Amino acid sequence: MNYAGGVDVGSTQTKAVIIDENCRIVARFLTDTGANVIEAAKKVYGGALAAGNIAEDSVGYVVGTGYGRYKVTFGDKQVTEISCHGRGAAHMFPGTRTVIDMGGQDSKAIRVSEDGEIVDFCMNDKCAAGTGRFLGAAAKALGMTLDDLGPTSLRSSKPVKISTTCTVFAESEVLSWLGKGKSVEDILWGVHKSIATRSFGLLRRVGLLDEITFAGGVANNPGMIKALEEAIDKKLNVSNESHYMGALGAALFAMDALKAGEVAVRVEA
Amino acid sequence: MVATLLQQPGAPHEGAAHHGVDLVGRGARESARLTRKWFSSLTEAARAGKGAAYVFVMGNMNEVLRAFDLPIVYPEITALQLAVRGTAEEYLRESEDYGYSPDICGYLKADVAMHLRGGEHPMGLIPKPSLVVTTNACNTYFKWAEIWQRLHGAPIVTIDVPNMRAARAESLRGDKEFTFEHAYVVGQIKELIAACERATGKKFDIDKFREHLRHANTMSHFWKKLLLLNTGSPAVFSALTDGLAYLGMANCYRATEEGAKYFEELYEEMAYRSEHGIGAFMRKDGKDVPVEQRFRLGFIGVPCYPIFRGFNEFFSDWGGIFVASSYLKFASGGTALGFEFDLANPIESFAEGTLLTVRSTQTGLLFDIPEIESRTSSFNLDGIVYHGVKSCRTASSGLADRRIHTSESLGLPTLMLESDIVDPRAVSKAQMKNRADAFFEGLIGRRQKLAASH
Repeated sequence: MNYAGGVDVGSTQTKAVIIDENCRIVARFLTDTGANVIEAAKKVYGGALAAGNIAEDSVGYVVGTGYGRYKVTFGDKQVTEISCHGRGAAHMFPGTRTVIDMGGQDSKAIRVSEDGEIVDFCMNDKCAAGTGRFLGAAAKALGMTLDDLGPTSLRSSKPVKISTTCTVFAESEVLSWLGKGKSVEDILWGVHKSIATRSFGLLRRVGLLDEITFAGGVANNPGMIKALEEAIDKKLNVSNESHYMGALGAALFAMDALKAGEVAVRVEA
Repeated sequence: MVATLLQQPGAPHEGAAHHGVDLVGRGARESARLTRKWFSSLTEAARAGKGAAYVFVMGNMNEVLRAFDLPIVYPEITALQLAVRGTAEEYLRESEDYGYSPDICGYLKADVAMHLRGGEHPMGLIPKPSLVVTTNACNTYFKWAEIWQRLHGAPIVTIDVPNMRAARAESLRGDKEFTFEHAYVVGQIKELIAACERATGKKFDIDKFREHLRHANTMSHFWKKLLLLNTGSPAVFSALTDGLAYLGMANCYRATEEGAKYFEELYEEMAYRSEHGIGAFMRKDGKDVPVEQRFRLGFIGVPCYPIFRGFNEFFSDWGGIFVASSYLKFASGGTALGFEFDLANPIESFAEGTLLTVRSTQTGLLFDIPEIESRTSSFNLDGIVYHGVKSCRTASSGLADRRIHTSESLGLPTLMLESDIVDPRAVSKAQMKNRADAFFEGLIGRRQKLAASH
């Protein structure tokens, strides 16, 4: 059996996916990226191999993606996460024409063609206001875990309006609302709505073509799914594998290379 | 560069006449020499305590000012050189410490700090202004000029160029409005001449003025022809990197004998290279190497001077070359329009040229669809890169509309990048490179798909 691997080294988390010749995910692994990017990449790749009980030499090609893609030293090729998220989303949801990827430090809207090729994209990569980092700041201010944010926000009855466009100042705005006696639920729903509004802007820039697929780590957050769906007034494609969309796209590019007979030049395992 | 060329096996020019071999690379060598010379002349003027005429690229009035032998300073050029030489941030911080906002034009702030330092510049010493000439081509120009007036007491002459600021609403030659507008500019040119006479104590010499117009005509003639050479393949120059050197010559040496000679010779070199298939070169590891030309790109906006070469490498690393650039038109001080002054009616003709060229830079940024983005473009582009800058609303505000036009009407792939002309703090290299990489992945995919369908 020939496998292909994809390793997505994101600013916050690093993900690995291994697919078989039928492009089915057979193994996955995730870890926090941390300061040692090379180690994180090795760890998730090794983790995925172990999880799938796959021998390393049966993986014929590995593509690295994400900001740390050039640190996937054992990879054979690098592809941007923009292309990988587009490809992964179009594979997972074949009707996808628009992708919103919300990661730890940037968000991107991607328009893809019927075969998953990138038609257009735009990114929020200068400011963390519409990204997972904004949620992280709110979680820190409220003393909560990231996993609790979404479910808690869904219990809101009267959301507050978060007006700051700065992630750093968001923390103080959250504290200020707490000081005014607002509930944690209402503050959090306001935070989610604020992020959704910014993401909506990105989506409009590339065109809101159906179907829209939500990718990236924040896609695990039910509050964010609801806030985004309300903002764009459409249902989103979301999967349990959304977090791995970039790594899946990378693995699909790796499988393309493998099938095309491209030679893998593994530097280091 | 010549030596490098001679080492190219099978290069079309190999074995060409000695004349041709000498031609290749001459423009690059000359622009480097003339740039140094220009800054040296400014340093000499500053050391001699001589004041200079301060002008902006758009509506620079060189023809008049040179008739009075005034040294000419282009603050936009001295400011961008601070960025290219990696020194802009310290200047910007100095003006911000003085009280200027981080959100205003970086050119202006870098320049203010340079004045606070007594004209200290990495290329030499910049003389103080004895006369300031500004136009309404950019709002910042006015305030910038007022700063010099406050700092140095330099008199300001503003050339107010009438403009409808709407697409195709400008008056045309022969219209009643055009006659009024022309007369309005003629009056202002005469006021400028009077101001120069007061500033220098010299009488205006119309024959000398006519001679400068003649040189400007030569420059415009060859500049316009030069830009069109890149419609051929391979492109003979990079519209981004080589283009900047040419723009420097077009502005700093505008209306001079040296400028005219430079452009005539540059065209001769490039025409030779076009004919012999000798494409553009780039500096790599201390050598001039041919630029790989897998993708022909257009550039719209203002260059990213804080990482000038690095920005180009985002594209050249993938085999992309900028064959055309809107910047080579609107930053050429009118040279690119190819307007020919009528030497028999020098002041009237100069006023008409000023009216048309300044006006074209104003509307061209937002309304006119230039050759690059036109359906009938002969540049055969694979994609267009838009670069918006934090410093300049004028040059950046219309880019979103233009990008949409290009994507939707022409079906051309586009890339939008954002950074700054001067401020390295507004430049995120990793993010910009990431976007450029994705752009090329799309271009490659598109090309592979086209190939597969044939």
